[in-house]
Amino acid sequence: MARRILPGFPLALGITLVYVSIIVALPLGALVFKAASLGFEDYWRIVSSPRAVASYRVTALSALAATAFNLVFGMALAWVLVRYRFPGRRFVDALVDLPFALPTAVAGIALTTLFAENGWFGSVLAQAGIKVAYTPLGIMVAMAFTSLPFIVRTVQPVLEDLDPALEEAAQTLGGSDHSIFLRVILPLLTPALLAGLSLSFARSLGEFGAIIFIAGNQPMETEITALLAFIRLEEYDYQAAAAIASVLLIAAFLMLAVTNILQARALRYTARG
Amino acid sequence: MKIRLDNVVKTFETFRAVHGVSLEIESGELVALLGPSGSGKTTILRMVAGLEYADAGHIYFGAEDATDIPVRDRGVGFVFQHYALFPHMTVAENIAFGMKVSKVRRDKGAIDTRVAELLRLVQLDGLGERFPGQISGGQRQRVALARALAVDPKVLLLDEPFGALDANVRRDLRRWLREIHQELGITTLFVTHDQEEALDLADRVVILDKGRIVQQGTPEEVCRNPASAFVMNFLGDTNRFSAAVSGGVARLGDARIPAPGFADGPVDIFLRPSDLGWSQSGEGIAATVARVIDRPAGRRILALTATGEAVELDVAPETVVSAQQKGVITIERAKVYATA
Repeated sequence: MARRILPGFPLALGITLVYVSIIVALPLGALVFKAASLGFEDYWRIVSSPRAVASYRVTALSALAATAFNLVFGMALAWVLVRYRFPGRRFVDALVDLPFALPTAVAGIALTTLFAENGWFGSVLAQAGIKVAYTPLGIMVAMAFTSLPFIVRTVQPVLEDLDPALEEAAQTLGGSDHSIFLRVILPLLTPALLAGLSLSFARSLGEFGAIIFIAGNQPMETEITALLAFIRLEEYDYQAAAAIASVLLIAAFLMLAVTNILQARALRYTARG
Repeated sequence: MKIRLDNVVKTFETFRAVHGVSLEIESGELVALLGPSGSGKTTILRMVAGLEYADAGHIYFGAEDATDIPVRDRGVGFVFQHYALFPHMTVAENIAFGMKVSKVRRDKGAIDTRVAELLRLVQLDGLGERFPGQISGGQRQRVALARALAVDPKVLLLDEPFGALDANVRRDLRRWLREIHQELGITTLFVTHDQEEALDLADRVVILDKGRIVQQGTPEEVCRNPASAFVMNFLGDTNRFSAAVSGGVARLGDARIPAPGFADGPVDIFLRPSDLGWSQSGEGIAATVARVIDRPAGRRILALTATGEAVELDVAPETVVSAQQKGVITIERAKVYATA
């Protein structure tokens, strides 16, 4: 092995591996072990029960919608924060992190109060015939709120580092604003967007605290998968809880794998030849 | 295409970068804007490109007033100091970009043919599929040039085109750019702070200081007859002496320097190291050698005069001289300017 310049590699590796094993791998292993202690038929019966499938559908669709919303809005927010100087910019910048700092239950209660039929937003929306609280729309709002910072914070640094000369070069070559955005800026932001997207979607899949207050939690309609697992836990049915949780785990893994592949493709150009 | 700047002014916040510059560039000419940083040379180039707007004055392309034409419609090729290649596109895609986004529709075959042609012109055949991150700095700069030429620009603008490259690559690219210019005959304006580059490459050199043109002319004109002490200083190493004129002659040590047209009184005398010689006796400035620096082309003597002024002079490689030696600095040529 080549001599390393920085000392401490074996120690650092040892500590991190032990840490990862205890904090991450052990609980996940226990989950898989618990789920595996069910026979395949029992496992399949639990994870494919109509109530469970309905919960996957509402969770995944809401998470998709929330992520799509954050993709557009988060990118616009990052763009404004990086490209423009306006009074209160730093304040808005700090505000972006608030969903991270706020206990999710507090966020859930606040959102429920606002969007309930007698709330500030809810009363206005009710006149337009839109109901948010206690519907899948409410789940989406809670997910969008808690996962907004991911897209903003992953896109922001990339946008800051984007050489303004690239856009100027594209302009001198006759590119319209539209084609410069689509052909130059967006492809360069794609890896960061994918990273933000996957984080935002994963967080939405697993979000619990903020959602249960606003969702109404009607089985088959507004019951999310994490809540179903929690209900099984309360019933001391640990195996069923683990089985349902394992579906979320597999979904998260698959999604991370897909985004990693997409990211590698988007970053093809950085490979040295 | 002939380019004319008429009394162009540009102010950033409170800093006036360009003070009423007027300049004409003939069709097919290769002109250098030369000046120290902050002289406004890049701002002028960017105004010609349309990347900055002039606060006052006009810019004409031929007979057309181009002052308010936006960049994308101005038809200029711009080469950036740090290339500004699109990192996610291959070399070929970079070159094709301008043709793809153009309002004039071109079919794929025509674009591919043109890209191949340009790759050959910039001597990068076979590198079309590489990404900018996979080629050298000199190659990147050539891709940037090919990309700028792909849109058939009316004028080619280059901002410190070789600034980020090492000396050897720089010299090669300079000669090569000169050849390309001769081949295509496109009106070209480039910015540099390197006087050697400007003199080596340009038909005409425009020297700027603090947002104003201080001199313009062929390399020969500006080298042989610098219009001011600033130009003299900026174009190369100089030694400056204060002296007094009396009766049209300035005295420096016991050397007599003709200063026709100067009234009696103090003047500044500028001497290039190559305008001076070293001898054991004769008319000149008495001095002591402090150090000798050897260079491929000759020896440079750092000397101190009797009054303690440091002087640098270049002598032939075979000159025998060493530190602490006493002698006389002889003057072959000198430029006299009014005291600043």
